[in-house]
Amino acid sequence: MAATSATTDTVAAAAAGGGPAGPSARRRWTGALDGALTVGRRLAGAAVSLLAVSVTGFFLFRVIPGDPVRTMTRGQATSAAQIAQLTKEFGLGEPLPRQFLRYLGGLLHGDLGLSYQYRTPVSELIARHIGPTVLLVGTALAIAVALGLGLGTRAGWRPGGAGDRIGTGIALTLWSVPTFWLGLLLIVGLAVGVRGLPGLFPTGGLDSGDGATGWAHAGDVAYHMVLPVTTLVAVTYAQFLLVMRSSLLDERGADYLTTARAKGLRDDLVRRRHAVPNAILPTVTLIFVNLGEVVAGQILVETVFSWPGLGSLFYEALRVPDLPLLQGLFLFFAAAVILANLAADLVYPLLDPRVRAG
Amino acid sequence: MTPPAARRPRTAPAVALVTALVTALVTALVTALTGAVAGAAAPAAPSHPAHRRVLTVAVAQTVDSLSPFTAQRVISTSIHRMIYEYLTNYSAKDASVIPGLATSWQASPSGLTWRYTIRSGERWSDGVPVTAHDAAFTFSKMISDPAAATANGNFTANFASATAPDDRTLLIRLKRPQATMLALDVPIVPEHIWKNVRDYASFNNDQSFPIVGDGPFVLTRYQPDQYIRLDAARHYWRGSPRFDEVLFRYYKDQDAAVEALRKGEVSFVSGLTPAQYDSLRHTPGITADLASAKRFFALAMNPGASALDGQRFGDGNPALRDPRVRRAVQYAIDRERLVEKATQGYAVPGAGYLPPRYRTYHWAPDPAHAMGYDPARAEALLDSAGYRRGPDGIRRTPRGGPLTLRLLGHNTDPQDQRAGEYIAGWLRKAGIQVDQSYVDPSTLAAREQAGDYDLAFDGWAVNPDPDYVLSIQTCAARPQTPRSAGATDDFLCDPAYDRLYRQQSEEYDPARRAALVQRMQQRLYEDGYLDVLYYPAVLEAYRSDQIASIQRQPLNGGNIYPQDGYWSWWSAVPGSGAADGAAGPWAGLTGKLGTGGGLGLVFAAVILLGGLAARTVRRRRTRDERE
Repeated sequence: MAATSATTDTVAAAAAGGGPAGPSARRRWTGALDGALTVGRRLAGAAVSLLAVSVTGFFLFRVIPGDPVRTMTRGQATSAAQIAQLTKEFGLGEPLPRQFLRYLGGLLHGDLGLSYQYRTPVSELIARHIGPTVLLVGTALAIAVALGLGLGTRAGWRPGGAGDRIGTGIALTLWSVPTFWLGLLLIVGLAVGVRGLPGLFPTGGLDSGDGATGWAHAGDVAYHMVLPVTTLVAVTYAQFLLVMRSSLLDERGADYLTTARAKGLRDDLVRRRHAVPNAILPTVTLIFVNLGEVVAGQILVETVFSWPGLGSLFYEALRVPDLPLLQGLFLFFAAAVILANLAADLVYPLLDPRVRAG
Repeated sequence: MTPPAARRPRTAPAVALVTALVTALVTALVTALTGAVAGAAAPAAPSHPAHRRVLTVAVAQTVDSLSPFTAQRVISTSIHRMIYEYLTNYSAKDASVIPGLATSWQASPSGLTWRYTIRSGERWSDGVPVTAHDAAFTFSKMISDPAAATANGNFTANFASATAPDDRTLLIRLKRPQATMLALDVPIVPEHIWKNVRDYASFNNDQSFPIVGDGPFVLTRYQPDQYIRLDAARHYWRGSPRFDEVLFRYYKDQDAAVEALRKGEVSFVSGLTPAQYDSLRHTPGITADLASAKRFFALAMNPGASALDGQRFGDGNPALRDPRVRRAVQYAIDRERLVEKATQGYAVPGAGYLPPRYRTYHWAPDPAHAMGYDPARAEALLDSAGYRRGPDGIRRTPRGGPLTLRLLGHNTDPQDQRAGEYIAGWLRKAGIQVDQSYVDPSTLAAREQAGDYDLAFDGWAVNPDPDYVLSIQTCAARPQTPRSAGATDDFLCDPAYDRLYRQQSEEYDPARRAALVQRMQQRLYEDGYLDVLYYPAVLEAYRSDQIASIQRQPLNGGNIYPQDGYWSWWSAVPGSGAADGAAGPWAGLTGKLGTGGGLGLVFAAVILLGGLAARTVRRRRTRDERE
């Protein structure tokens, strides 16, 4: 009994450089200062990354070939005067440095500019599309994490067993399936129905568009989400499974588990109470990285299922190229990832004292 | 001995965090699901009367704006046709000019003043009468405010003024005669609404619904990239539409749209690929339509790009400036086989610039002068131009290098690549090497704009009035400065063509104008810079159980969408299986549950039971191990 608590505790205690023995006040003070410094460094790092991203965002998309005015008016009756008017309206006639300064000035005021093709402020477009994306990708992430960790735990606990071989095999197969193709397959199989099997789900969209409100609408949206969420979960859960599996494999031979078994604990409890808590740490990073991508949307899934999220907005923006929209989305996506990483950095020491010591 | 704290291992925060993260996500999602999404999607949803008959159309193109002053995309202008009247319209029968908001019209003897009589007794959807003042306001705004001329300024550039001496009369004064006065594709907007708009450049007309209009439909709801809902107008002067509602639903993926049609979720899909058309052609309950072409597909040859001031730029192969080389290319291509191979036969071999659908203006060379497939002739022309074959069979330029032409096409369109392969093969036989490159549309546009190409695939959809597609081949359409955006299609600049263009643009006599337009096409054909290969058919399909009948334009062999007018949606007669809009979102689900949902339930139950069983087995096993 005592041995168990010692194993789990000593790692933490020793690493924390003080442990429960009661550190002196001075040491606690320097520790707090250290902590504040670390947080400050991380914050500064994130700020620098954000700044770099806002500058590169501007120049990056100007490398894309194509004149937005020309692409937008292609195939439509547009006179030279109209083309000149659009070029002026978009500010594309100005020299690049001036365009850049105008972009930076706008950023300082929180203004991301006006989308060329939607003729709407970029921030408004992002606000309009973020709900559906978070809903779709967030749900899929929650399910993928739960499924991946659950299956990964089982697989890592009995590596090489039938469950591991089949479970990991299926996960890896789905991981390597092209998202687009799987989506279409689900549409054909489950939305339209094949050979007597009726179509169970809608083929695409966020809702039926019949103006329902409240719970009826929520139910309608949930119904429309089934297939895109299934597609997303199927192609992403393998990463959580694999990380969890290998991390649990590392813990499997640890002494503290032997001790736990020696105490007479059921195998299930040994896994749940002792092995998993230690093995789960690496997945936290993975979840945070994915969390940053929740807002980035999923271009392929959103396109196949006509889901009106940020992914399909980005796809539409690339086709023009709609420079203000591209810049705005790029900045937004990058900021989300940077902030998620920052959050992971800040949360990690709280979870694992070994990190705190470093 | 064990302190209470040790019972819970120290690393538990990680587990707690993962759980917390997932819980937080789920909570946020539920909130989003019930709140944000539900709220956003329902601005003033009107209640549904029973048995609404809904015609659902699958679309993919994003609406650029719902303001008639800035909208340019096909989807937006098609919707404007449905919700606003224009002075004139194009008949479903043959796209000839028929009355719209104007019941009659007359040009002054000088041809510089046009008097339109505005239909009386019409009302906007908010009840305010429609008058000539609305039309005068619309055109005056376009004349005075450049932002209001963004979409249709090409029609009003020659206008001196637009006035309404009384409620029924609209007077338009021109700077010089303008042949398109009966083909002004300009939606007339209600003055009492639009006079309050401050900035025409940023106003998108998409904030308050229903949009006040006077067409056969009223736009009642719009969610960008999700759907556009149009309700039938009750008292439209030409008669109310038979469907209660037309719903444009977004399918960003065309294959998904075709599947939605198979299922009956949408009533109509347009822009099919030959493969999709073939697969739908034999599907029971679906009518697949092969309609006459609205566009031409051509091989453009770089004439040596130049700007308005004559400054040359780009790197077009000088060999193409020799008419014999261009003619050789024309003779080397077998159009009949090309149609068969590149479009699976769903096209008509081409020659004249305007497709045969527009019978008044279409031109075809007489057989004696047609430059049809004749490889020997191509060889002879290249020989006479001085391009002799080298030992490898490739002809040599005067400088001694191989005669190589670069061909540009879209990587988004498989037809480009198929056509490119065949053309490269035929030209190779004639001794010309072809370097093909297929790129995305904006890269292609950028290279064309810079004049950096030799051959490029080119295509334009043609309106009933040909003025605009003719204008893009004039000298004046070239860009202001090298490499800047211009209206030009292919940098063509032929003074003789330009003279004819100007004449037709001022010619009010239909027959004389048609003759001029035909001479222009002959000129293009003989010049050989724009080799029209074929006119690709429009492929579309609809559910015959949902739509009993629908008008094509032209009536004989025409298409359903897009049309010049609103004929298809206005005329469509609901079939026995027309989607019932009164059915709520759950109706679909519960309906399906009755038939197939049982399967899903059984499936879920099996998984649940299986999980429980596995758990029990495992528990027993670990207990055994322990003992």
